[in-house]
Amino acid sequence: MNLFAALLLRDLGQMFGGGRRGATLLPVLFFIAVAMLYPFAVGPAPELLARTGGGVIWVAALLASILPLDRLLQSDVERGFFDQLYLRGISEELVVTVRLLAHWLSFGPPLMVAAIPAAALLGINGQTLRTVELGLLAGTPGLAAIGLIIAALTVGMRGGAALSGLLLIPLAVPLLVFGAGALSTGGDSGIALTAAISLLLVAITPFAGGAAIRAARES
Amino acid sequence: MHGFANPARFLRIARWLTPALLVAGLALTAGSLAWGLFAAPAERLQGDTVRIVFIHVPSAWLGMGGWTAIAVASLVELVWRHPLAAIAARATAVPGAVFAAICLASGSIWGRPAWGTWWVWDGRLTSMLVLLFLYLGYIALAQASDREGASSRIVAIFGLVGAVNIPIIHFSVLWWNSLHQPPSLTTGGSAMAAEFLIPLAVATLGFSFIFGGVVLARMRAILADVQAEARLRRRALED
Repeated sequence: MNLFAALLLRDLGQMFGGGRRGATLLPVLFFIAVAMLYPFAVGPAPELLARTGGGVIWVAALLASILPLDRLLQSDVERGFFDQLYLRGISEELVVTVRLLAHWLSFGPPLMVAAIPAAALLGINGQTLRTVELGLLAGTPGLAAIGLIIAALTVGMRGGAALSGLLLIPLAVPLLVFGAGALSTGGDSGIALTAAISLLLVAITPFAGGAAIRAARES
Repeated sequence: MHGFANPARFLRIARWLTPALLVAGLALTAGSLAWGLFAAPAERLQGDTVRIVFIHVPSAWLGMGGWTAIAVASLVELVWRHPLAAIAARATAVPGAVFAAICLASGSIWGRPAWGTWWVWDGRLTSMLVLLFLYLGYIALAQASDREGASSRIVAIFGLVGAVNIPIIHFSVLWWNSLHQPPSLTTGGSAMAAEFLIPLAVATLGFSFIFGGVVLARMRAILADVQAEARLRRRALED
Protein backbone atom coordinates (compact mmCIF):
# COMPACT_ATOMS: atom_id res chain seq x y z
CA MET A 1 0.00 0.00 0.00
CA ASN A 2 2.88 2.32 0.82
CA LEU A 3 4.38 1.50 -2.54
CA PHE A 4 1.05 2.26 -4.24
CA ALA A 5 0.80 5.64 -2.50
CA ALA A 6 4.43 6.50 -3.23
CA LEU A 7 4.04 5.68 -6.92
CA LEU A 8 0.77 7.59 -7.10
CA LEU A 9 2.26 10.68 -5.45
CA ARG A 10 5.23 10.53 -7.79
CA ASP A 11 2.97 10.23 -10.90
CA LEU A 12 0.69 13.03 -9.73
CA GLY A 13 3.70 15.22 -9.01
CA GLN A 14 4.90 14.62 -12.54
CA MET A 15 1.49 15.41 -14.02
CA PHE A 16 0.56 18.48 -12.02
CA GLY A 17 3.90 19.86 -10.94
CA GLY A 18 6.74 18.69 -13.10
CA GLY A 19 7.61 19.11 -16.73
CA ARG A 20 4.37 17.59 -17.90
CA ARG A 21 2.05 20.27 -16.56
CA GLY A 22 1.37 21.36 -20.14
CA ALA A 23 0.22 17.85 -21.03
CA THR A 24 -2.38 18.09 -18.26
CA LEU A 25 -3.59 21.57 -19.11
CA LEU A 26 -3.65 21.32 -22.90
CA PRO A 27 -6.47 18.74 -23.25
CA VAL A 28 -8.71 20.92 -21.07
CA LEU A 29 -8.02 24.04 -23.13
CA PHE A 30 -8.52 22.03 -26.31
CA PHE A 31 -11.85 20.75 -24.96
CA ILE A 32 -13.15 24.29 -24.35
CA ALA A 33 -11.79 25.42 -27.72
CA VAL A 34 -13.83 22.72 -29.49
CA ALA A 35 -16.95 23.83 -27.60
CA MET A 36 -16.19 27.37 -28.75
CA LEU A 37 -15.64 26.28 -32.35
CA TYR A 38 -18.92 24.42 -32.78
CA PRO A 39 -21.26 27.47 -32.71
CA PHE A 40 -19.07 29.09 -35.38
CA ALA A 41 -19.68 26.08 -37.62
CA VAL A 42 -23.44 25.60 -37.18
CA GLY A 43 -24.54 29.10 -36.23
CA PRO A 44 -25.51 30.54 -32.86
CA ALA A 45 -29.19 29.48 -32.84
CA PRO A 46 -29.81 28.71 -29.13
CA GLU A 47 -32.26 25.83 -29.57
CA LEU A 48 -29.93 23.97 -31.98
CA LEU A 49 -26.98 24.48 -29.64
CA ALA A 50 -28.96 23.36 -26.60
CA ARG A 51 -30.21 20.26 -28.41
CA THR A 52 -26.85 19.13 -29.80
CA GLY A 53 -24.48 20.67 -27.23
CA GLY A 54 -24.31 17.64 -24.96
CA GLY A 55 -23.14 15.46 -27.84
CA VAL A 56 -20.56 18.08 -28.83
CA ILE A 57 -19.16 18.02 -25.29
CA TRP A 58 -18.80 14.24 -25.56
CA VAL A 59 -17.03 14.44 -28.91
CA ALA A 60 -14.74 17.15 -27.52
CA ALA A 61 -13.95 14.98 -24.48
CA LEU A 62 -13.14 12.01 -26.73
CA LEU A 63 -10.83 14.10 -28.93
CA ALA A 64 -9.21 15.72 -25.89
CA SER A 65 -8.38 12.27 -24.51
CA ILE A 66 -6.07 11.66 -27.51
CA LEU A 67 -3.85 14.68 -26.79
CA PRO A 68 -1.95 13.55 -23.68
CA LEU A 69 -1.23 10.03 -24.98
CA ASP A 70 2.09 10.53 -26.73
CA ARG A 71 3.65 11.95 -23.56
CA LEU A 72 1.88 9.75 -21.05
CA LEU A 73 4.59 7.06 -20.88
CA GLN A 74 7.25 8.26 -23.31
CA SER A 75 9.59 10.11 -20.94
CA ASP A 76 9.43 7.38 -18.27
CA VAL A 77 10.32 4.72 -20.82
CA GLU A 78 13.21 6.83 -22.11
CA ARG A 79 14.52 7.50 -18.61
CA GLY A 80 14.27 3.84 -17.70
CA PHE A 81 11.72 4.44 -14.92
CA PHE A 82 9.87 1.21 -15.71
CA ASP A 83 13.13 -0.75 -15.96
CA GLN A 84 14.17 0.47 -12.52
CA LEU A 85 10.88 -0.69 -11.01
CA TYR A 86 11.15 -3.97 -12.88
CA LEU A 87 14.61 -4.58 -11.42
CA ARG A 88 13.16 -4.07 -7.95
CA GLY A 89 10.59 -6.76 -8.66
CA ILE A 90 7.59 -4.43 -8.94
CA SER A 91 5.17 -5.78 -11.51
CA GLU A 92 4.24 -3.74 -14.56
CA GLU A 93 0.59 -4.39 -13.76
CA LEU A 94 0.87 -2.44 -10.49
CA VAL A 95 2.75 0.42 -12.17
CA VAL A 96 0.11 0.63 -14.90
CA THR A 97 -2.73 0.56 -12.34
CA VAL A 98 -1.18 3.51 -10.52
CA ARG A 99 -0.57 5.33 -13.77
CA LEU A 100 -4.20 4.79 -14.78
CA LEU A 101 -5.44 6.34 -11.54
CA ALA A 102 -3.03 9.27 -11.89
CA HIS A 103 -3.93 9.74 -15.55
CA TRP A 104 -7.63 9.76 -14.77
CA LEU A 105 -7.15 12.25 -11.91
CA SER A 106 -5.30 14.58 -14.26
CA PHE A 107 -7.84 14.11 -17.06
CA GLY A 108 -11.34 13.30 -15.77
CA PRO A 109 -12.05 15.84 -13.01
CA PRO A 110 -10.45 18.80 -14.90
CA LEU A 111 -12.62 17.90 -17.88
CA MET A 112 -15.72 17.77 -15.68
CA VAL A 113 -14.90 21.24 -14.38
CA ALA A 114 -14.23 22.51 -17.90
CA ALA A 115 -17.60 21.09 -19.01
CA ILE A 116 -19.33 23.84 -16.96
CA PRO A 117 -17.99 26.80 -19.03
CA ALA A 118 -18.37 24.67 -22.16
CA ALA A 119 -22.03 24.10 -21.25
CA ALA A 120 -22.48 27.85 -20.81
CA LEU A 121 -20.94 28.48 -24.25
CA LEU A 122 -23.34 26.00 -25.80
CA GLY A 123 -26.38 27.17 -23.84
CA ILE A 124 -27.04 23.79 -22.20
CA ASN A 125 -29.62 23.79 -19.42
CA GLY A 126 -29.02 22.51 -15.88
CA GLN A 127 -30.75 19.18 -16.31
CA THR A 128 -28.69 18.30 -19.39
CA LEU A 129 -25.53 19.51 -17.71
CA ARG A 130 -26.20 17.13 -14.82
CA THR A 131 -26.52 14.21 -17.27
CA VAL A 132 -23.33 15.32 -19.05
CA GLU A 133 -21.40 15.54 -15.79
CA LEU A 134 -22.61 12.16 -14.56
CA GLY A 135 -21.83 10.67 -17.96
CA LEU A 136 -18.33 12.14 -17.91
CA LEU A 137 -17.82 10.83 -14.38
CA ALA A 138 -18.79 7.36 -15.60
CA GLY A 139 -17.08 7.58 -18.98
CA THR A 140 -13.75 9.34 -18.44
CA PRO A 141 -12.22 6.38 -16.53
CA GLY A 142 -12.95 4.27 -19.63
CA LEU A 143 -11.45 6.91 -21.94
CA ALA A 144 -8.39 7.12 -19.69
CA ALA A 145 -8.10 3.31 -19.72
CA ILE A 146 -8.25 3.02 -23.53
CA GLY A 147 -5.81 5.90 -23.77
CA LEU A 148 -3.33 4.28 -21.41
CA ILE A 149 -3.47 0.94 -23.27
CA ILE A 150 -2.84 2.73 -26.56
CA ALA A 151 -0.07 4.87 -25.07
CA ALA A 152 1.60 1.67 -23.85
CA LEU A 153 1.24 0.05 -27.28
CA THR A 154 2.56 2.99 -29.29
CA VAL A 155 5.31 4.09 -26.91
CA GLY A 156 8.48 4.90 -28.81
CA MET A 157 6.83 4.87 -32.23
CA ARG A 158 7.25 7.90 -34.44
CA GLY A 159 4.00 9.43 -35.60
CA GLY A 160 2.46 8.08 -32.44
CA ALA A 161 -0.11 10.84 -32.03
CA ALA A 162 -1.93 10.25 -35.32
CA LEU A 163 -1.68 6.50 -34.79
CA SER A 164 -3.10 6.85 -31.26
CA GLY A 165 -6.09 8.72 -32.62
CA LEU A 166 -6.80 6.08 -35.23
CA LEU A 167 -6.56 3.33 -32.61
CA LEU A 168 -8.54 5.10 -29.89
CA ILE A 169 -11.57 6.34 -31.82
CA PRO A 170 -13.12 2.97 -32.77
CA LEU A 171 -12.54 1.57 -29.28
CA ALA A 172 -14.20 4.61 -27.70
CA VAL A 173 -17.41 4.30 -29.74
CA PRO A 174 -19.40 2.40 -27.05
CA LEU A 175 -18.57 5.01 -24.39
CA LEU A 176 -19.76 7.75 -26.73
CA VAL A 177 -22.91 5.83 -27.69
CA PHE A 178 -24.02 5.25 -24.12
CA GLY A 179 -22.63 8.42 -22.58
CA ALA A 180 -24.13 10.74 -25.16
CA GLY A 181 -27.12 8.40 -25.57
CA ALA A 182 -28.07 9.07 -21.94
CA LEU A 183 -28.72 12.66 -23.05
CA SER A 184 -31.48 11.74 -25.49
CA THR A 185 -33.11 9.05 -23.38
CA GLY A 186 -32.75 11.23 -20.29
CA GLY A 187 -32.55 8.15 -18.11
CA ASP A 188 -29.76 6.90 -15.92
CA SER A 189 -29.59 3.55 -17.71
CA GLY A 190 -27.26 5.00 -20.33
CA ILE A 191 -24.96 6.25 -17.59
CA ALA A 192 -25.06 2.87 -15.86
CA LEU A 193 -24.05 1.17 -19.13
CA THR A 194 -21.28 3.75 -19.64
CA ALA A 195 -20.01 2.94 -16.17
CA ALA A 196 -20.19 -0.79 -16.93
CA ILE A 197 -18.04 -0.38 -20.06
CA SER A 198 -15.63 1.84 -18.16
CA LEU A 199 -15.27 -0.79 -15.45
CA LEU A 200 -14.49 -3.49 -18.00
CA LEU A 201 -11.90 -1.28 -19.71
CA VAL A 202 -10.34 -0.33 -16.38
CA ALA A 203 -10.18 -4.02 -15.47
CA ILE A 204 -8.28 -5.07 -18.61
CA THR A 205 -5.92 -2.05 -18.65
CA PRO A 206 -3.34 -3.27 -16.08
CA PHE A 207 -2.91 -6.55 -17.96
CA ALA A 208 -2.92 -5.15 -21.51
CA GLY A 209 -0.76 -2.15 -20.57
CA GLY A 210 1.62 -4.22 -18.47
CA ALA A 211 2.05 -6.79 -21.24
CA ALA A 212 2.69 -3.97 -23.74
CA ILE A 213 5.41 -2.40 -21.56
CA ARG A 214 7.04 -5.82 -21.11
CA ALA A 215 6.88 -6.45 -24.87
CA ALA A 216 8.44 -3.03 -25.56
CA ARG A 217 11.29 -3.90 -23.19
CA GLU A 218 11.96 -7.21 -24.95
CA SER A 219 12.29 -5.73 -28.41
CA MET B 1 0.69 -27.06 -32.62
CA HIS B 2 4.40 -26.44 -33.01
CA GLY B 3 4.57 -28.92 -35.85
CA PHE B 4 4.08 -26.01 -38.23
CA ALA B 5 6.36 -23.67 -36.32
CA ASN B 6 9.07 -24.67 -38.75
CA PRO B 7 8.58 -22.25 -41.66
CA ALA B 8 10.09 -24.72 -44.13
CA ARG B 9 7.43 -27.31 -43.34
CA PHE B 10 4.71 -24.66 -43.45
CA LEU B 11 5.98 -23.39 -46.80
CA ARG B 12 6.03 -26.90 -48.29
CA ILE B 13 2.31 -27.21 -47.60
CA ALA B 14 1.43 -23.60 -48.37
CA ARG B 15 3.14 -23.81 -51.74
CA TRP B 16 0.49 -26.11 -53.22
CA LEU B 17 -2.38 -25.14 -50.88
CA THR B 18 -2.34 -21.44 -51.88
CA PRO B 19 -3.11 -21.90 -55.61
CA ALA B 20 -5.47 -24.79 -54.81
CA LEU B 21 -7.53 -22.60 -52.44
CA LEU B 22 -7.51 -19.64 -54.79
CA VAL B 23 -8.59 -21.67 -57.84
CA ALA B 24 -11.26 -23.58 -55.93
CA GLY B 25 -12.50 -20.36 -54.32
CA LEU B 26 -12.71 -18.49 -57.62
CA ALA B 27 -14.53 -21.41 -59.27
CA LEU B 28 -17.04 -21.77 -56.42
CA THR B 29 -17.60 -18.02 -56.24
CA ALA B 30 -18.10 -17.67 -59.99
CA GLY B 31 -20.47 -20.65 -60.02
CA SER B 32 -22.56 -19.51 -57.07
CA LEU B 33 -22.74 -15.92 -58.28
CA ALA B 34 -23.89 -17.11 -61.73
CA TRP B 35 -26.47 -19.30 -60.00
CA GLY B 36 -27.60 -16.47 -57.78
CA LEU B 37 -27.76 -13.95 -60.64
CA PHE B 38 -29.44 -16.07 -63.29
CA ALA B 39 -30.99 -19.18 -61.78
CA ALA B 40 -32.38 -18.04 -58.43
CA PRO B 41 -35.82 -16.37 -58.61
CA ALA B 42 -36.40 -12.70 -57.85
CA GLU B 43 -37.51 -12.03 -54.29
CA ARG B 44 -41.16 -11.17 -53.67
CA LEU B 45 -40.65 -7.77 -52.00
CA GLN B 46 -37.21 -6.62 -53.08
CA GLY B 47 -37.16 -8.01 -56.62
CA ASP B 48 -33.82 -8.42 -58.34
CA THR B 49 -31.93 -6.19 -55.91
CA VAL B 50 -31.83 -9.03 -53.40
CA ARG B 51 -29.23 -10.80 -55.54
CA ILE B 52 -26.51 -8.62 -54.03
CA VAL B 53 -26.96 -10.74 -50.92
CA PHE B 54 -24.62 -13.31 -52.46
CA ILE B 55 -21.75 -10.83 -52.19
CA HIS B 56 -22.92 -8.84 -49.19
CA VAL B 57 -23.50 -11.61 -46.66
CA PRO B 58 -20.34 -13.73 -47.25
CA SER B 59 -18.15 -10.62 -47.12
CA ALA B 60 -19.86 -9.50 -43.90
CA TRP B 61 -19.22 -12.89 -42.32
CA LEU B 62 -15.60 -12.92 -43.47
CA GLY B 63 -15.10 -9.31 -42.35
CA MET B 64 -16.19 -10.32 -38.84
CA GLY B 65 -14.50 -13.72 -39.01
CA GLY B 66 -11.22 -12.06 -39.96
CA TRP B 67 -10.92 -10.41 -36.57
CA THR B 68 -11.76 -13.71 -34.89
CA ALA B 69 -8.80 -15.21 -36.75
CA ILE B 70 -6.61 -12.28 -35.67
CA ALA B 71 -7.73 -12.76 -32.05
CA VAL B 72 -6.98 -16.51 -32.10
CA ALA B 73 -3.59 -15.97 -33.75
CA SER B 74 -2.77 -13.16 -31.28
CA LEU B 75 -3.64 -15.38 -28.33
CA VAL B 76 -1.51 -18.22 -29.74
CA GLU B 77 1.36 -15.80 -30.21
CA LEU B 78 1.13 -14.32 -26.73
CA VAL B 79 0.60 -17.58 -24.86
CA TRP B 80 2.75 -20.09 -26.76
CA ARG B 81 5.03 -17.63 -28.61
CA HIS B 82 4.27 -19.48 -31.81
CA PRO B 83 6.48 -17.89 -34.50
CA LEU B 84 4.00 -18.23 -37.36
CA ALA B 85 1.03 -16.86 -35.42
CA ALA B 86 2.29 -13.27 -35.64
CA ILE B 87 2.70 -13.63 -39.38
CA ALA B 88 -0.74 -15.23 -39.72
CA ALA B 89 -2.41 -12.42 -37.77
CA ARG B 90 -0.77 -9.75 -39.91
CA ALA B 91 -1.59 -11.61 -43.11
CA THR B 92 -5.28 -11.77 -42.09
CA ALA B 93 -5.70 -8.06 -41.44
CA VAL B 94 -5.63 -6.78 -45.01
CA PRO B 95 -8.09 -9.32 -46.53
CA GLY B 96 -10.30 -8.84 -43.46
CA ALA B 97 -10.35 -5.08 -44.04
CA VAL B 98 -11.03 -5.59 -47.75
CA PHE B 99 -13.99 -7.88 -47.06
CA ALA B 100 -15.37 -5.41 -44.49
CA ALA B 101 -15.05 -2.69 -47.15
CA ILE B 102 -16.78 -4.91 -49.75
CA CYS B 103 -19.57 -5.53 -47.25
CA LEU B 104 -19.98 -1.77 -46.68
CA ALA B 105 -19.86 -0.95 -50.39
CA SER B 106 -22.32 -3.67 -51.39
CA GLY B 107 -24.57 -2.76 -48.47
CA SER B 108 -24.53 0.85 -49.56
CA ILE B 109 -25.46 -0.14 -53.13
CA TRP B 110 -28.21 -2.38 -51.79
CA GLY B 111 -29.44 0.36 -49.48
CA ARG B 112 -30.12 2.73 -52.39
CA PRO B 113 -33.09 0.72 -53.81
CA ALA B 114 -34.12 -0.95 -50.55
CA TRP B 115 -34.06 2.04 -48.17
CA GLY B 116 -33.83 4.88 -50.69
CA THR B 117 -30.46 6.14 -49.52
CA TRP B 118 -26.78 5.27 -49.92
CA TRP B 119 -25.99 5.39 -46.26
CA VAL B 120 -28.10 5.24 -43.15
CA TRP B 121 -26.73 5.45 -39.64
CA ASP B 122 -28.02 2.02 -38.95
CA GLY B 123 -26.60 -0.09 -36.16
CA ARG B 124 -25.30 -3.03 -38.15
CA LEU B 125 -23.81 -0.86 -40.91
CA THR B 126 -22.19 1.41 -38.38
CA SER B 127 -20.75 -1.51 -36.45
CA MET B 128 -19.14 -2.77 -39.68
CA LEU B 129 -17.76 0.72 -40.33
CA VAL B 130 -16.21 0.81 -36.85
CA LEU B 131 -14.78 -2.66 -37.50
CA LEU B 132 -13.21 -1.38 -40.72
CA PHE B 133 -11.57 1.41 -38.74
CA LEU B 134 -10.28 -1.14 -36.21
CA TYR B 135 -8.74 -3.10 -39.09
CA LEU B 136 -7.12 0.06 -40.47
CA GLY B 137 -5.78 0.91 -37.01
CA TYR B 138 -4.42 -2.63 -36.66
CA ILE B 139 -2.68 -2.43 -40.05
CA ALA B 140 -1.22 0.99 -39.20
CA LEU B 141 0.03 -0.30 -35.83
CA ALA B 142 1.54 -3.41 -37.44
CA GLN B 143 3.37 -1.30 -40.02
CA ALA B 144 4.58 1.20 -37.40
CA SER B 145 5.86 -1.60 -35.14
CA ASP B 146 7.70 -3.23 -38.08
CA ARG B 147 9.24 0.11 -39.05
CA GLU B 148 10.41 0.80 -35.50
CA GLY B 149 11.55 -2.77 -34.94
CA ALA B 150 9.14 -3.09 -32.00
CA SER B 151 8.04 -6.45 -30.65
CA SER B 152 5.26 -8.10 -32.63
CA ARG B 153 3.60 -8.90 -29.29
CA ILE B 154 2.49 -5.24 -29.20
CA VAL B 155 0.33 -5.85 -32.25
CA ALA B 156 -1.04 -9.06 -30.76
CA ILE B 157 -2.12 -7.21 -27.60
CA PHE B 158 -4.06 -4.73 -29.73
CA GLY B 159 -5.66 -7.66 -31.56
CA LEU B 160 -6.94 -9.06 -28.27
CA VAL B 161 -8.07 -5.68 -26.90
CA GLY B 162 -10.02 -5.22 -30.13
CA ALA B 163 -11.55 -8.68 -29.81
CA VAL B 164 -12.77 -7.86 -26.29
CA ASN B 165 -14.28 -4.61 -27.54
CA ILE B 166 -15.91 -5.74 -30.78
CA PRO B 167 -18.99 -7.36 -29.12
CA ILE B 168 -19.45 -4.25 -26.96
CA ILE B 169 -19.15 -1.99 -29.99
CA HIS B 170 -21.58 -4.17 -31.94
CA PHE B 171 -24.29 -4.26 -29.29
CA SER B 172 -23.89 -0.61 -28.27
CA VAL B 173 -24.32 0.51 -31.84
CA LEU B 174 -27.31 -1.82 -32.32
CA TRP B 175 -28.93 -0.31 -29.27
CA TRP B 176 -28.15 3.14 -30.63
CA ASN B 177 -30.10 2.81 -33.85
CA SER B 178 -31.23 -0.06 -36.03
CA LEU B 179 -33.06 -0.09 -39.33
CA HIS B 180 -31.31 -3.09 -40.81
CA GLN B 181 -33.30 -6.28 -41.23
CA PRO B 182 -32.51 -8.73 -38.44
CA PRO B 183 -30.21 -11.60 -39.38
CA SER B 184 -32.02 -14.09 -41.60
CA LEU B 185 -29.58 -16.84 -40.75
CA THR B 186 -28.91 -17.68 -37.15
CA THR B 187 -27.64 -20.84 -35.57
CA GLY B 188 -31.26 -21.51 -34.60
CA GLY B 189 -32.52 -21.75 -38.15
CA SER B 190 -33.04 -19.98 -41.42
CA ALA B 191 -35.69 -17.53 -42.55
CA MET B 192 -34.42 -17.87 -46.10
CA ALA B 193 -35.79 -20.04 -48.88
CA ALA B 194 -33.65 -22.93 -50.10
CA GLU B 195 -33.19 -21.49 -53.60
CA PHE B 196 -31.34 -18.57 -51.99
CA LEU B 197 -29.74 -20.52 -49.20
CA ILE B 198 -27.82 -23.02 -51.33
CA PRO B 199 -26.08 -20.52 -53.64
CA LEU B 200 -25.40 -18.36 -50.58
CA ALA B 201 -23.74 -21.28 -48.82
CA VAL B 202 -21.65 -22.06 -51.92
CA ALA B 203 -20.69 -18.39 -52.30
CA THR B 204 -19.65 -18.29 -48.63
CA LEU B 205 -17.50 -21.36 -49.14
CA GLY B 206 -15.94 -19.82 -52.25
CA PHE B 207 -15.27 -16.48 -50.51
CA SER B 208 -13.74 -18.33 -47.56
CA PHE B 209 -11.41 -20.30 -49.85
CA ILE B 210 -10.30 -17.06 -51.51
CA PHE B 211 -9.77 -15.54 -48.07
CA GLY B 212 -7.67 -18.52 -46.98
CA GLY B 213 -5.67 -18.44 -50.22
CA VAL B 214 -4.94 -14.73 -49.85
CA VAL B 215 -3.88 -15.20 -46.22
CA LEU B 216 -1.51 -18.03 -47.19
CA ALA B 217 -0.10 -16.00 -50.10
CA ARG B 218 0.51 -13.03 -47.80
CA MET B 219 2.11 -15.25 -45.16
CA ARG B 220 4.46 -16.64 -47.82
CA ALA B 221 5.26 -13.09 -48.93
CA ILE B 222 6.08 -12.01 -45.36
CA LEU B 223 8.24 -15.11 -44.80
CA ALA B 224 10.03 -14.49 -48.09
CA ASP B 225 10.65 -10.92 -47.00
CA VAL B 226 12.18 -12.12 -43.72
CA GLN B 227 14.36 -14.63 -45.57
CA ALA B 228 15.55 -12.05 -48.09
CA GLU B 229 16.40 -9.69 -45.26
CA ALA B 230 18.36 -12.40 -43.45
CA ARG B 231 20.20 -13.38 -46.64
CA LEU B 232 21.19 -9.76 -47.34
CA ARG B 233 22.44 -9.39 -43.80
CA ARG B 234 24.50 -12.60 -44.10
CA ARG B 235 25.98 -11.45 -47.39
CA ALA B 236 26.84 -8.05 -45.92
CA LEU B 237 28.68 -9.78 -43.08
CA GLU B 238 30.61 -12.05 -45.44
CA ASP B 239 31.96 -9.20 -47.55
